[in-house]
Amino acid sequence: MSFDASSARGDLILTRITKEYGDFKAVDDLSLTIPKGSFFALLGPSGCGKTTTLRMIAGLEEPTVGSIHLGQTDITTTKPYQRPINTVFQNYALFPHLTIFENIAFGLRRRGIKDVDAEVNKVLNLVELPHLAGRKPTQLSGGQQQRIALARAIVNRPALLLLDEPLGALDLKLRRQMQIELKWIQKEVGLTFVHVTHDQEEAMTMADTIAVMNEGKIEQMGSPADLYDDPETAFVANFLGQSNLIKGTISGNDGDSLIADVFGQKISLPKSRSHAVDNSIYVGIRPEKFRISLLNTPVNGNVLTGGRIEDVSYIGVSTQYQVEMPWGQELMVFEQNDDGVAPFNKGDAVNISWAPVFTFALRGDEDVTAGSEVNPEDPDEE
Amino acid sequence: MSKKIADATIPIIPLTARFQRWFGRNLIRVYMVLAFTYLFIPVAYTFAFSFNDSGKSNLIWKGFTLDNWKNPCGAPEVCNALANSIKIGLLATIFSTILGTMIAFAIGRHKFKGRSTSNLLIFLPMATPEIVLGASLLSLFLVFKINPGFWPTVIAHVMFCISFVVVTVKARIASLDPRLEQAAMDLYANEFQTFRRVTLPLVAPGIAGAALLAFSLSFDDFIITNFNSGTVITFPKFVYTAAARGIPAQANVIGSGMFFLALAIVIAGQFVNRRKAR
Repeated sequence: MSFDASSARGDLILTRITKEYGDFKAVDDLSLTIPKGSFFALLGPSGCGKTTTLRMIAGLEEPTVGSIHLGQTDITTTKPYQRPINTVFQNYALFPHLTIFENIAFGLRRRGIKDVDAEVNKVLNLVELPHLAGRKPTQLSGGQQQRIALARAIVNRPALLLLDEPLGALDLKLRRQMQIELKWIQKEVGLTFVHVTHDQEEAMTMADTIAVMNEGKIEQMGSPADLYDDPETAFVANFLGQSNLIKGTISGNDGDSLIADVFGQKISLPKSRSHAVDNSIYVGIRPEKFRISLLNTPVNGNVLTGGRIEDVSYIGVSTQYQVEMPWGQELMVFEQNDDGVAPFNKGDAVNISWAPVFTFALRGDEDVTAGSEVNPEDPDEE
Repeated sequence: MSKKIADATIPIIPLTARFQRWFGRNLIRVYMVLAFTYLFIPVAYTFAFSFNDSGKSNLIWKGFTLDNWKNPCGAPEVCNALANSIKIGLLATIFSTILGTMIAFAIGRHKFKGRSTSNLLIFLPMATPEIVLGASLLSLFLVFKINPGFWPTVIAHVMFCISFVVVTVKARIASLDPRLEQAAMDLYANEFQTFRRVTLPLVAPGIAGAALLAFSLSFDDFIITNFNSGTVITFPKFVYTAAARGIPAQANVIGSGMFFLALAIVIAGQFVNRRKAR
């Protein structure tokens, strides 16, 4: 062999990857660099191509076109067992005929590692389940199986750890706990984690960098805060949290800001957050950035007047309002319940205000419903 | 209202209705007892008459003895026939299990041209009447100038056992999660190691079941064997020929022995399964 793929280290580089199944393009001309040591999430709805991408990185599928490099080494066509990459499978795929100890030792034994016992015990301690070494996988709870699947992968200290919807089968409370634990383990062992999920909250909790995928392409990539505060497309704005998107036109220029006309009312937004190509835009504001005030109360920043409260739902940490605007659109507003101010009532005539820096602008020809209709709870991909 | 109900006398259910209710609840048990009686009377009969102090013909009860069990080879030719049956059975089992398992993996795991046709054709020997198979095999052997005997019988047995092995093993393969093999490959096991460490152990119970089935089919076979074995006497052939003169009680001993061996294997299998599941 001219190179040894199994010892490759470094950034993972996908170059112009396309994967076709017959006429269907599961992944469409995707290029991506995942820096060494990062916690990277591929986020998207069912069928967006994220699992296919993961399987190509693992070596379980071969791209139709394109190449995959790990550091300097081309691993595009190498076998899964030749890659220093391990996977935590969606339903764990623990070997039912082997004990927990032998499950974890499996990779070490295949590679001919000497001190199997010490390595396995170390990783069992890391996932806090040393007492289960002698059990069979079916005797474990879902959460325990999840940790063993993780232990079985990280014991090999791979250059890259792939997690395919690893928390999908756990209940909500356990999932939260595992999110924090996974993040901690990633810091502890210092491996590159690539995490595939349809759950935007999970991705935001754990990942340093998120790539939002849709229809085989990457819509946008960045830190959770970047993606949330400055989405570039309607799909990202809607898939990652919720957004109010209001039709508008750019009417002027003021230093670092743009002035936009929204149904006859002027607002301002930072130039850096405009992704428009011409004057036609959608003005975007996250629901929690809005403030509601009664008419005639002085407010700062951008103001839209003429609203009327249509619906009030109290949900503990916040109160959610639906506010109908003069042009017929209902805007969503989340107000914190922290200032002792009595909530507004249905039918109140109100103004809506917000700080201009929280505004982003999308292209005016976008489909404003993109990303909001997909059912992110549907875990069946492939 | 509640007082009224308390005052009312508890209605007495008529006897016939009570019987009907009992019968309705226990019908399945009654049926079960009848069914098992029907199934096991011949076995019980065979077992009981293996203790018969029979002499030449084992048709009438003549008194209890352990002699038959102490000396199962007492009757002429019984053990020779048994040895032939076991030899043929083991050879047929080994070859049909290996070939059948490979076919099952091919059909169950790989996509190739003619897969669904193969899937269908594999059932054909099971559906063909044995008498036809036996007769045509014999004429085939004769055409190729092979005389009936031990090896033609083995070849014939392997042929009709393969289908059963394929069907049994294929069912096990179908229930195997392909992600387990992917996980093994992901954990540095190459194709051979994946097969040896993951696939084979998980399919093994199916293969073992198929082997047992093949052995009992071969051991039991009379029709095809009768056509193709020539002068070789197998156990079923022996019993059949002996029936004309009177079957020796040793045949009952061997029959009962086989039954209890099969029972022991089934019970042991259950036991292992339960321990594994725990």
